[in-house]
Amino acid sequence: MDTTSHLGLLLIFSAFVSTAFAVLARDEPREQMKFGARLFGTFVGSALLLGWLLYPLPL
Amino acid sequence: MPAPSGRSAAPAANPYLVCAAAWVVPGGGHLWLGRYQKGLTLLVLLPLMFGFGLWIQGRIFPFQFADLLVGLAAIADLGIGLPYFIAKLGGAGAGNVIAITYEYGNTYVIVAGLLNMLAVLDAFDIALGRK
Repeated sequence: MDTTSHLGLLLIFSAFVSTAFAVLARDEPREQMKFGARLFGTFVGSALLLGWLLYPLPL
Repeated sequence: MPAPSGRSAAPAANPYLVCAAAWVVPGGGHLWLGRYQKGLTLLVLLPLMFGFGLWIQGRIFPFQFADLLVGLAAIADLGIGLPYFIAKLGGAGAGNVIAITYEYGNTYVIVAGLLNMLAVLDAFDIALGRK
């Protein structure tokens, strides 16, 4: 496994955090799955969006 | 009405002891209170996240409050409970500041501790009958 991939580390981190939040915030496994998937998508989507928004900045 | 899956009637337990158990063993508070699905998930997930952070060269921060962020990161690291002490005893968590994944590793380690603190609060609420 390539542990130096920024995208890969972002995906793994998002999976960990969204699973923990979903398990803590919802009681039913089905609800947990739905909430976790939504969180995961939001994490990854917003990171990609922010990445593109910051792309033109001279950092 | 049947209880939701992974959930059974919470036995009477001292909420502060539940918090202590939840801190020492991630998911321990939920397991104690009969929330087996949540407890087992946290028991696997949080130490795995902590260990992964160390594996990719993350650091366990020292308690040095001269630099406030370092001190706060140390408190967050400690939030994971027993895995923190196991890692310290095993000599892990030195970190490698020149590794490309160093900051990522720190983030994984810190967030794993913070998530366990959240799990402690959740177990406290369950023990008090709020959830």
